[in-house]
Amino acid sequence: MKDFNLNPIKNLKLIALFFAASIAFTSCSSDDDDHDDHEHEEELITTVTYTLTSGTDVVTFTFQDLDGEGGNEPTYNQTGTLLANTTYAGEIELLNETESPAEDITHEVEEEGDDHEFFYTSTISDISITKDDTDEDGNPIGIETTFTTGAAGTGSLIVVLKHEPTKPNDGSVANAGGSTDVEVTFPLTVQ
Amino acid sequence: MKNIFSVLFFLINSIVIAQDCNHKLTGVVIDFHNNKPIENATIKVLNASNYAITDANGNFTINNLCQTNFTIEVAHISCETQTVSINLNEDNSVSVFLEHHLEELNEVVIQTSSRTEVTSIEQSLNQKTIEQFSDKSLGDALKTVSGVSSLNTGNTIVKPMIHGLHSSRLLIINNNVRLFDQEWGDEHAPNIDINASDRIEVIKGANTLIYGSDAIGGLILIKPKKYATLDSLFGSSMLSFNSNGLGGIVNSEIIKTYQSGYYAKLQASYKRFGDFKAPDYHLTNSGIESMNLSARLGYNGFEKGFDAYYSYVNNEIAILQSSHIGNVNDLVMAINRQEPRVINDFSYNINYPRQNILHHLAKVEAYKRLQGLGKLSLQYDFQINRRKEYDLRRGDRANTPVIDLRLFTTSLQPNLEIDAFDDFEINTGFLLRFQQNDAISGTGVNPLIPDYEKYDAGIYATGNYKLNLFSEISAGIRYDFSRIEAKKWYNTTDWEDTYNYDELFPEFESGITENSETLTYPKFSFHNISANFGYNRHLHNDFELFFNYGLASRMPNPSELFSDGLHHSAARIEIGQLTMNKEIANKFMASLVRNNHNFGFSVSPYFNYIKNYIQLIPDGITTTVRGAFPVWEYNQLDARIFGVDVDVNKAITSTIDYKGSISLLQGDNLSDDVALIHMPSTNFTNSISYYNKNLNQLSIGLTHKTVLQQKRYPDYNFYTYNATVDDNVYVDISSPPSSYSLFGFNSSATFKAFKTGALKVEFNVENIFNTAYREYLNRLRYFADELGRNFNLKIKINY
Repeated sequence: MKDFNLNPIKNLKLIALFFAASIAFTSCSSDDDDHDDHEHEEELITTVTYTLTSGTDVVTFTFQDLDGEGGNEPTYNQTGTLLANTTYAGEIELLNETESPAEDITHEVEEEGDDHEFFYTSTISDISITKDDTDEDGNPIGIETTFTTGAAGTGSLIVVLKHEPTKPNDGSVANAGGSTDVEVTFPLTVQ
Repeated sequence: MKNIFSVLFFLINSIVIAQDCNHKLTGVVIDFHNNKPIENATIKVLNASNYAITDANGNFTINNLCQTNFTIEVAHISCETQTVSINLNEDNSVSVFLEHHLEELNEVVIQTSSRTEVTSIEQSLNQKTIEQFSDKSLGDALKTVSGVSSLNTGNTIVKPMIHGLHSSRLLIINNNVRLFDQEWGDEHAPNIDINASDRIEVIKGANTLIYGSDAIGGLILIKPKKYATLDSLFGSSMLSFNSNGLGGIVNSEIIKTYQSGYYAKLQASYKRFGDFKAPDYHLTNSGIESMNLSARLGYNGFEKGFDAYYSYVNNEIAILQSSHIGNVNDLVMAINRQEPRVINDFSYNINYPRQNILHHLAKVEAYKRLQGLGKLSLQYDFQINRRKEYDLRRGDRANTPVIDLRLFTTSLQPNLEIDAFDDFEINTGFLLRFQQNDAISGTGVNPLIPDYEKYDAGIYATGNYKLNLFSEISAGIRYDFSRIEAKKWYNTTDWEDTYNYDELFPEFESGITENSETLTYPKFSFHNISANFGYNRHLHNDFELFFNYGLASRMPNPSELFSDGLHHSAARIEIGQLTMNKEIANKFMASLVRNNHNFGFSVSPYFNYIKNYIQLIPDGITTTVRGAFPVWEYNQLDARIFGVDVDVNKAITSTIDYKGSISLLQGDNLSDDVALIHMPSTNFTNSISYYNKNLNQLSIGLTHKTVLQQKRYPDYNFYTYNATVDDNVYVDISSPPSSYSLFGFNSSATFKAFKTGALKVEFNVENIFNTAYREYLNRLRYFADELGRNFNLKIKINY
């Protein structure tokens, strides 16, 4: 004989009510339920500027991709003329120009210096580039450089920023590991 | 309708008064389903010696009754016995309805040969196989079925693949609810706790229309158990430990059933693994932490019942650190390097990249049997899927996901099953569904999948007809309407020039532009028709023949339509197309089966022609601030997939069994006259097992699996200029890895632990020879080897 008397339909209603309530709960409690999905790309690097200064002589190399990946092709610009047998003080700057004012991403790299490193490679063998700054462990970062030209020639300059490279490393991109955050190639002419 | 159960309660306090034994009861016993009289039913008066048997018209008479208040018990073979209380002062004639669908009410009658559809080609995984994979995933367990493979991202993200098709082409049905968990992505594994499953069925075709019209690849049904209507409390607990990954799982479940038909089940599991190990190195950042809970409550009655189910899945999955790449040069270096870029000591830490996925699924289903018609049921369900993907980021964004999507789905499904006819059964119903995707803001990254709302309505009818004692046919038709309304920002140059959408879809433009981006409102409607036909014939002895045809159509998923940009965790730019049409598949399958323990087999050839098949393929590079970046594009073509699955079983002695299987498959891109990308290669398995029921159910087995190198693959390799080395480098992203063979060992024994409980101990070894290998269908095959040897110890207590 039954010792258990529950009305299944009544129970069903109860459960339906419970589920309805739980939906209301989940949809209300969701603090991040938003409808403005226009994200501003925060980590986007739109602009890479490498500035070389020797006295009053200023040479800049600029990479610009204002709409990020896809869309318009990036542009490369150079102002000034690189002279042979000259020593320049080099400084690199990364910007996100989709923000207003433009966000200086170089600071973020500097703050996480131990997780980042710039690598400069020139296909003109007479050019030497040394890194002048160091992270908290005494390893180079490469925001500030000394750029020394030799004889005249043409080629290209490759600037690479690695995230989480092996530090210290042998100075070559290939052996530094990590993943690439920036890789831009500027045409280079030394006169 | 008269509720037989409620009548019973009157009896408890009935007063027995001595009377003359000259009362008489007449009545009739009727089949609940078709209102036909039941002959030879026995009617017994409880606590008395009177009884009767029904005649050909179902009528009975009981004379010489002493009491006017009493209970009768009405029984018939293969029917559930009914007790009915009688008060002769009110009524001396009674009609009793007997239910002959005992198998639906009672667990013990369910056998492994029971099928979802009588004529469909399906295979199932039983509890024993599911338990073997308790530490792993649904996809791993399903791979034991011939013709089923998986698309992996590492070893913890496993997407099942039936006959080369995966993601949106497979319907995964969890407790009668179609799973919506952003299944469009290659690295989005189904959010199912395998330990919450009692039984898993694989249907290799679009032959179960009640779940949807888009099962181009097939269906995976995760089915709950039916519990016996007994007063009982039972459960089990399992603890498993693995040497590879130094982790395992704890799983417990407890079930309470009542004779009244009520039941309740609670199950919970916790899984934790650290870094796994390939034969030669640790796979840094490959662990997993998973918490799961499921609860069921229901009433399994004769005329009506309900079932409520809730499941919670929370997965935190690490993705191999070395798979994070910044540009195509990083990828080339990874491909050319023999070992992963980052190899650290073992750790339980889950760093970057990683996924965190939360899935809630709840449903309530109620049914009522209608006398002389069938069973009417109504199901309401909802699901919330929250996916967060984390990647290596600069600054204080380490704990901000790069992808944060919340998918909400709710649906209502009434169904009417008409089973009143002897040889004919009809299932019909409709579906209403609403889905909303919310790209949660605050990620600082353009969402890959935009906000959208989707509405679905479907209507279907399927029928089974018994031609004669040996053969049966089934047929069905379904229509679905879907509408998707999205809101997406496109790069203005891409919208106008690259994709030419401003001319193709001017109606989607809102006129709002901001920061070189254009706001658009894409809206699409699709009409899908699907149909199936099945035939099944028992041949002489134990041979059976099946034939299936299925027409399925699938609308493009949000990823195929709207993807547009960098998929951080996949390290590729993925581009969908608003111009996608629906996929239409025609699949033919046949199967010849011999069900015999001594020597049985099944041979199942199939042919699937898919018009407008959507694939995601490498399409060169694009220049970004990171340098050249790999681009993968969705495109559409006509495809053909055909093959054969063969299974064999043979009893060598009374205790030793052999099992083997082979799957052959060929996939062709007919439009470009090349092979289809990511198709499983030929693979075969052999296993020998010893089982002795009398010796603590001792079972010892050896397994072998060989996967041959995929020789048919499309070549999407390309050259890219690497400025650092001032040379063109070859990007080999297409070549499949070599063939491999793996061997495994498994053993188990069951001991009587205490009065009503049993203790089962299992010891297993995977990849015995610690073979280093890579698998074509693993997205991380460029970066690291698959897992090395693993020892597994499992203890399960049933109580």
